[in-house]
Amino acid sequence: MPKRAVGRNVRRKEGGDKVTGRARYVDDLRFEDILYVRTIRSTVPAGEIVDIRYGFDRAGFTVVDHRDIPGRNVVALIEDDQPSLVEFRVRHVAEPILLLAHSDRTTLAEARVSIACRETTPNFDPERSDTCFKSIAIEKGEIERGMAEADLIVEGEYRTGHQEQLYIEPNGVIAVPENGGITVYGSLQCPYYVHRALMVLLGLPAEKVRVVQTETGGGFGGKEEYPSMIAGHAALVAMKSGRPAKLIYDRVEDMLATTKRHPAIVRHRTGVKKDGRLTAMEIDVVLDGGAYATLSSVVLSRGMIHAAGPYRCDHVRARGRVMMTNTPPNGAFRGFGAPQTQFAVEVHMDAIADRLGIDPLKLRERNALRPGDTTATGQKLGRDCSALQVLREAGRRTSFSRRRKALEGTNRGIGLSLFFHGSGFTGGGEVKLASRASLALTGRGVQVRVASTEIGQGTRTMHAQIVAETLGVPYDQIDVSAADTSIVPDSGPTVASRTCMIVGRLLQRCAEEMRARLGGLTPSAYFRKHGGFVITKQYEPPPGLAWNEDAYRGDAYGSYGWACDVVEVEVDPVTYQATPVAFTTVHEIGRAIHPLLAAGQIEGGSLQGLGYALLEEVVMRDGRMANAQLTNYIIPTTLDTPPMEVRILERPYQHGPFGAKGVGEMPIDGPAPAVVNALRHAGVVLSEIPATPEKIMKGTMKRSG
Amino acid sequence: MRLTVNRRTVVVKAHPLTRLLDVLREECGLTGTKEGCGEGECGACTVLIDGQPVNSCLVPVAHARGTRITTIEGLAGSHPLQRAFVEQGGAQCGICTPGMIMAAAALGPHPTLEEIRTGLAGNLCRCTGYTAIYRSIQRASRR
Amino acid sequence: MQGTLRGRDLLQPRSLADALKMLRNEGPLVPLAGCTDLYVSLNFGTLKATRFLDLWNLDALRGIELRGGALRIGALTTYTEIRRSATIRRRLPMLAAAAREIGGVQIQNRGTIGGNVANASPAGDTLPVLLAADAVVVLRSAAGVRRVPMTSFYTGYRQSVATPEELIVAFEIPPVRGRQWFRKVGTRAAQAIAKIVVAGVQDREPRLAMGSVGPVPLRLWQTERALGSGASLAEAQQTLQREIAPIDDLRSTAEYRRQVAANLVAQFWNSRSGTTPGR
Repeated sequence: MPKRAVGRNVRRKEGGDKVTGRARYVDDLRFEDILYVRTIRSTVPAGEIVDIRYGFDRAGFTVVDHRDIPGRNVVALIEDDQPSLVEFRVRHVAEPILLLAHSDRTTLAEARVSIACRETTPNFDPERSDTCFKSIAIEKGEIERGMAEADLIVEGEYRTGHQEQLYIEPNGVIAVPENGGITVYGSLQCPYYVHRALMVLLGLPAEKVRVVQTETGGGFGGKEEYPSMIAGHAALVAMKSGRPAKLIYDRVEDMLATTKRHPAIVRHRTGVKKDGRLTAMEIDVVLDGGAYATLSSVVLSRGMIHAAGPYRCDHVRARGRVMMTNTPPNGAFRGFGAPQTQFAVEVHMDAIADRLGIDPLKLRERNALRPGDTTATGQKLGRDCSALQVLREAGRRTSFSRRRKALEGTNRGIGLSLFFHGSGFTGGGEVKLASRASLALTGRGVQVRVASTEIGQGTRTMHAQIVAETLGVPYDQIDVSAADTSIVPDSGPTVASRTCMIVGRLLQRCAEEMRARLGGLTPSAYFRKHGGFVITKQYEPPPGLAWNEDAYRGDAYGSYGWACDVVEVEVDPVTYQATPVAFTTVHEIGRAIHPLLAAGQIEGGSLQGLGYALLEEVVMRDGRMANAQLTNYIIPTTLDTPPMEVRILERPYQHGPFGAKGVGEMPIDGPAPAVVNALRHAGVVLSEIPATPEKIMKGTMKRSG
Repeated sequence: MRLTVNRRTVVVKAHPLTRLLDVLREECGLTGTKEGCGEGECGACTVLIDGQPVNSCLVPVAHARGTRITTIEGLAGSHPLQRAFVEQGGAQCGICTPGMIMAAAALGPHPTLEEIRTGLAGNLCRCTGYTAIYRSIQRASRR
Repeated sequence: MQGTLRGRDLLQPRSLADALKMLRNEGPLVPLAGCTDLYVSLNFGTLKATRFLDLWNLDALRGIELRGGALRIGALTTYTEIRRSATIRRRLPMLAAAAREIGGVQIQNRGTIGGNVANASPAGDTLPVLLAADAVVVLRSAAGVRRVPMTSFYTGYRQSVATPEELIVAFEIPPVRGRQWFRKVGTRAAQAIAKIVVAGVQDREPRLAMGSVGPVPLRLWQTERALGSGASLAEAQQTLQREIAPIDDLRSTAEYRRQVAANLVAQFWNSRSGTTPGR
C-alpha cells in the first residue's frame, strides 16, 4: 500500500529546476534566426491618429500594423471590443499601434517613429463616464422594509485604487511560425485563452495554432488575459516575417501598458438594530474598467456577489456598474473584485461597531452566516459554512477582545476582518467553460494532461497527489504534462481558485475510472498486457446547483472558503507610518491537499493584501502611470513583513477532490480591511487605501483638531 | 575580456558598458540569473562578486574583470540552501529564487532571523510572503 | 532594456592622474563609480551622455583614515565599507547609520559616498550627514586640488561648484563634538528613497541638516540657532518652516514633509539616545 499522497507535504514536482537555475522561463529560450519585437504605443489618452512617420531606414525591419492582421483585429475575450493594434482611434495611453522587429536589438531600439494624433477630450472619472461595460443588480427581500426595521442607519463611502500584480517576471512570449501555422511559447496562465485569441486574430483553424506555457514567474491574474494581446503581437510579426519573434516587456513597459486591479468606489447604507443585528444592506459599487471591457463584467460579478460580506441579512440591495475611462484597461488580479467590495463591507462593519459601541468581533458573531442561512443571492449554505469557526479561532488565538482593551490609548491598534471567497467560475460559468481533463496510461506510466498552469502555486504537485491517492499509485510515479495545447485538453483557465476544486475533481474522476480499468494491476503491468489508453472527463455541475443569470439569484458558487484575519498595527507618531507588527489568519479551505503549499498561498496572498493596504499606489497623471518603476511602485520587502501565523481549518466540501475548496485568491481579500480597522482602533479613521503616512497624518490631525 | 565565472575562465566580447547580467545570460549562456526590473530594485539578478552579493543589472562587465563571479549555476545543485528551498516551500514561481539563494549564500553559516531579513531586504518575492524563505534558510543552516 | 551602447565609450584610466588628464583633454566625460545611479538611466535609454570615465579601479579614491585629526573618507568608499569601518562607527556613527539605510546589501556593496554626493539628488541619504558634520569636499583636477565646504558645494538643483574637469576624491570631516543623530523616513522599511532625511548633532551649538525638503539638501542654520539660543521648540519649528521648501512629488507631499520635518526636529531635540531611533 503506497504512502498516502493527499494531505502530505510531498516533494514538489517542479522544485528542482527552480533552485538550480535550470528552469526555463521564456526569456531563457534560444531560437535560431530570431527577431526582437518592439511595440510602438500611443502617448495620448484619447484621439485619432492622423499621421505616422518612420524616421529610420526600414531595410532589415519587419513592420506590422493593423492592415497586416489576417483575421479580425480584436483580442478575443468576452466583448471583443479591444483591437490588437489601433486602426485610427486611440482610447488610452500606451495603446499598441505598431510593431517593429529586427534581428539586432540596438538597431531596433534606435528606430524612431513619430505618430501624430488629433487629441480628443479624455475622461478619467468612472462616475462621469457614459459608457458602461456591465451593470448588475442583486435584490434580496425588501430593502425599504429592512431599513424601516432598523434602529440606526449607518452610511459610508470607501475607495480602493489600482494595484499592479508585480509578478517578478514581466510578460513575454516567443512566436514561431511552423507547420503552416504558429506556435507560441509564453509566460501565461491560460493557454487556451491565447489559443482562441490567436485563431481569431490570425484567421487560423484550431489545429494550426499551438500554445505552450513556459515556466512562469508569477501571474496573479496579470497573465490571465493579457498574454492574448502580447502573443498576438509576436505572432503577427512571426507570420509576416516567417521567423521566430521574441517579445519580452521590460518592467516599465509592463507596468505602463498591462492590466491592473480595477479601482472601486463602494457606498454602503446599512440598517442595524441596537444589538448589532443587520436588518438591511444597500450597496452601490462603481468600478473603473479602463478603456476596454476585458474581464470587467466578471470582475464586477464576483465583486457584487461578495459585496454584502459573509453576513446574514434578509434585505439586501446591491447595485454595481463598471465604467469605461481613457486609461489602460484593467483586468484580472487575485481576488477579482472581491478584495475591493470586501474591503468596503469590512471597514463599514467596524464603523457600525463604533457607532453602536459594540466589540467588532461580537458584531460579526451576531451576523456571520451559518449553515442553513442564505446569502445575498439567496444561496443556502451547507455544513461547510465556517464563518463562525474561523472568526472564533482567530479571536481566540490572538486574544482579540482582551488585546483590544489592553491597547487602548497606545499607538497600536488591533483589527480584524471576516471574509469569504467563492471557488470556481460564478453561476453557470463552469458549465459554459465545459472544462476537460485527461489522464493517460502510457509506456512511461500515468500522465496528467490538463491546461492548468504551474505559476508558483504547485499545480503539478497538487494534481499528481490527487491522482496518486485515487489510483493507489505512488506519487513519484505520476507524471504531469507540460501545458501545451497540442497535448492537453481545455481545462479552462488557471484562475478563480478553481484549479484544485474543479480541475482536480475532474482528474479525480479520471483516476477513479482508470483505477477500475486497471483492475488491480499496476500501470506498467496493465500497459504490458493491454497497451495504453486515455481517459477524458468533462465538467459536470454538482446536482442541485441552480443559478439565474438574469435575476442574479441562486447558487453563485459551488462552495466558499472562509477566513478571518487579525492584524496589529503600530503607528509612529513622528512619521505617521503604520507598521503591521503581528498578523494571524485562519483559513477554512475544505481540505489542504499539500499543507505547505496551501500555507504558501495564504502567506503570499496575505502579504499582497498588506501591500494593497499600506504601500501599493498607482499614481495616474493624465491617464498614464507616473510611477512605473519598482523604485516608485512599492511592494513589501522582508523588512516590511510582519511575522505571520497561519492556521488552516478543514471542512470538506463534498464535491471537491478529497473535500478541497479553493485557496488561491481568498488570502488577499482580508488584510486591507483588517489593517484599516486596526488603524481605527489606534485612533485613525480612514476610508480608503493605501493607508499611506500622508493619509494617516491627515486622519490624525483631524482627530486632534 | 577575461572573466572568472563559477571558477572557470571565460573570454567575452561584449562592450565594456554591457551589463554583467546580459553577459552572463547571453555570452556565457548562464540563464539562471534573471532580470526582474533592470533598476537594482528586485534582486532577481543577484550574483556574487568576490563573495559579495551585487545586482548584476547594475554592474558594467568592465567592473567584473579580475573578480570571481559566482552565479546560481556555480552552486553544486545539492547545496543545503537549494535542497531546503525545495523542501520548505522557499520557491514558488521560482523567478526570484536564484537571486534569493545567492543573497542567502552570502549570509554566513548561522544567520539569525534578523540577519536573514536584513540580508534579503534587497530581494523582492511576490509569491511566498517570505516566511517559507526564512524557514528554508534556517533549515539549511542547521545542516 | 532600451538603452543602446552603440557609439558609447568607456574610458578606463589606470591612475588618478590619468583620469584627471582625460577629464581635461578628452572631455566631456561622465564619471562612473559604483553604477547604482547613472547606469540605470543609461540602460533605460534616458541618458544622453555617450562618453564615460570609469573610476572603479582607482584605489587612490579609496580608504578610510584619520589624518591630522580629520577623518578622511575616499570618494569610492562603498556603503558596506562605511558600515564595517570601526573608525567611522566611532567617529561618525551617523554616517554608518545612513549607509545602513541605503538600499539592500547589493546596493551597499557597490554604491559609493562620492557617487551619492556627485549624483546630487536632494534625497541623497549621506548628504545631510556630511552637511551636519561640516565635511569638506576634496576636489582634484589636472590643475591641482581644491577644498570646498560641503555646505557650499551645491548651488542649485543637481548642480554643484565642481567643474567638468574635477573629480571628488575624498571627504575630510573634522571631529564632531556632540551626540550624532540620524533618521531617514522612506517609502517603506528597506530599499527606499527618502521622503525626508535628517542628520543632527546635539550640542550647545547644535547642527541640523535635512534632505528632500528643497532643491538641494539643506543645512538648517536658522533652526540650529533657534534651538541653540534657548528658543522654545515651537519657535524653532516655526523657523524651520521658513527654512525649508518641500514640494509635492511622486513619493510624498509638501504638507507631509513639513509636518514630519517639524516632528523630527522635536524628536531630535528631545532624544537622549543616539542614532536612528526606533530601530
